[in-house]
Amino acid sequence: MTHSPDINDPEILKPPARKRSWQQKMNRLSPYMFMVPAVVIMAIALIYPLGYMIWGSFRDWNPSQSIGEAEFVGLKNYITLWGDPNFRESLGVTLRFAFIVVGVEMILGVGLALLLDRDIRGMSVLRTMFILPMMIAPVVVGLMWRYMYHPTVGTFNRTLESMGLPKVDWLGDHALLSVIIADIWQWTPFIFILSLAALQSLPRSALEAARIDGATAWQQIWFIKLPLMLPVLIVTCLLRLIDAFKVLEVILVLTQGGPGLSTEILALRISRTATEFRELGVAAAMSNYLLILLLIFTLGMFAFTRWQEIRASRVRAAAEDAS
Amino acid sequence: MAQSTTKNNSAFFAVIALMVFMAIGPVLLMLVNSFKLDVDIISGTSGLLFLPTIQNYETALCDVLWYEPEHLDFCSVKFGGAFVNSLIIALVSTTLTLVIGSMAAYALVRFRFMGRDTVSMTTLMVRMVPPAVLLVPVFGLWNNEFCLDKEGFLGGMIREAFGGRGDVCLAGTHSGIILIYVAMNLPFVIWILQSFIVQVPRSLEEAARVDGAGPFGVFFRIVLPLIKPGLAAAAIFTFRIAWNEYLLASALSDRNTKTVPILIVNNMSEFNVEWGVIMATGMLLAIPPIIFTLFASRQIITGMTAGAVKG
Repeated sequence: MTHSPDINDPEILKPPARKRSWQQKMNRLSPYMFMVPAVVIMAIALIYPLGYMIWGSFRDWNPSQSIGEAEFVGLKNYITLWGDPNFRESLGVTLRFAFIVVGVEMILGVGLALLLDRDIRGMSVLRTMFILPMMIAPVVVGLMWRYMYHPTVGTFNRTLESMGLPKVDWLGDHALLSVIIADIWQWTPFIFILSLAALQSLPRSALEAARIDGATAWQQIWFIKLPLMLPVLIVTCLLRLIDAFKVLEVILVLTQGGPGLSTEILALRISRTATEFRELGVAAAMSNYLLILLLIFTLGMFAFTRWQEIRASRVRAAAEDAS
Repeated sequence: MAQSTTKNNSAFFAVIALMVFMAIGPVLLMLVNSFKLDVDIISGTSGLLFLPTIQNYETALCDVLWYEPEHLDFCSVKFGGAFVNSLIIALVSTTLTLVIGSMAAYALVRFRFMGRDTVSMTTLMVRMVPPAVLLVPVFGLWNNEFCLDKEGFLGGMIREAFGGRGDVCLAGTHSGIILIYVAMNLPFVIWILQSFIVQVPRSLEEAARVDGAGPFGVFFRIVLPLIKPGLAAAAIFTFRIAWNEYLLASALSDRNTKTVPILIVNNMSEFNVEWGVIMATGMLLAIPPIIFTLFASRQIITGMTAGAVKG
């Protein structure tokens, strides 16, 4: 996103005047011809459905009606939801899940990256193994962990038993914790890989200068590496946070939202309201609450990257002035 | 620095070993269990002392096997059909997303045109939309609005050719699921490919233009071959989502267009889980992504860093 303006100058693209005029017209139209398929598909299958959903959230709408037949009820769905303790509980679970998961993953991922930032042979093999969990279907991840958490035949309880320790009711009493552990297993590698890439692209000169000045390993990490990595880390963190609100399949397979509402995150509640309770209007209103939440994080990320760009260009300008 | 490295070495390798164990342990566990009989899984004759059997895979694949497995009276899982559905949906939607997405990314990077900023901003914003949010509108639209009247010309033809009752709707067809997957993945693909197209040297395109190539010739013959690594990364991520997605597929598919994740969830929610068979199905679903990871991990990592860092 930081290309200099002259590269994008349309003048360069204009054909010489001697060429025929239909070709000129072609060239003027070509950006639209490149854009049209994507714009049409996104308009039909993303933008229109989103608008349809917002429209539907103001209606008392069940799956057997078309949207035109549904009665207009104004903000009723939103107000009911806001007063609904179950919705609030679900919102609380979602926020708790997202922030705990991202917090732990950031600490583990960055920590491991700092630890493993050395030239070791076979690093690419290691990285391949670490990205494996991310590539496997969430449904399968849920399946594996459901087996391991199984109260009698599961790996964890068997291990505990063989060590003479009491069994733990993983998916019962500690359902949220179990779901969080499974997600941490799957997504810590994401943060690890990104922070490792950030670490290895740090300017060597700064690190060497610190080493020559006699900084300890901790001082290097705390005063040089982390501050320099910070921009990447913040973007990674926000990306991961947005993704954490999308998690659904793992929890669906592991606990189906239960016991009670203890692991029913918003995405799961939306799908249950729509398919089991058959209240599409309420589900749409709930989707809008979730969208607003995500919008805040996304805008935060934009604001941050924009601010970074402005700062970087100011630093560059200052450096040019000085030279 | 040197002496501290040697001192920490054993601890360092212990950490690495632990990480590797944690990362692939559950996958290996599933692999091992998929070769066990349910009796062995439940009785817990622990570890690796068991007689491996492919019975679970036979049960899962019973509808495509050329022989009838002895232990089965009735073929209930029907993995083969779901696998074909998954394959069609994932491959077609990945191809479409890549072609359409790379064209859009090229236009956004190389041309200045009216509406460019709007498109680029919208693309970035819709990236955050979770599939669960699309569930309600897609369910409504695909079943009610994106339909052809059965009395109409085209709808009538389709009804005559394929049979069935009611209007011809997108829900329940492969195209319906493919459409939503393409739309869902486009923003991400456009975003990631932009950072690769920016790096293509401008002079190459201009040279081709001087030689008389049109805009599409330049794009398909010059630009696309040069961004192969980016395309590979984008393809893997798109395929991964289309292959693994459950929620929207379950809302949009019918009996004949079920994908593998739906099959697994349906078999899981039953009270008595047949662990061996379900692990075998899970393993079969996980094999394509595992193969990608083993052979294209470099592209995956490039794609991940390009997607996150160059935002």
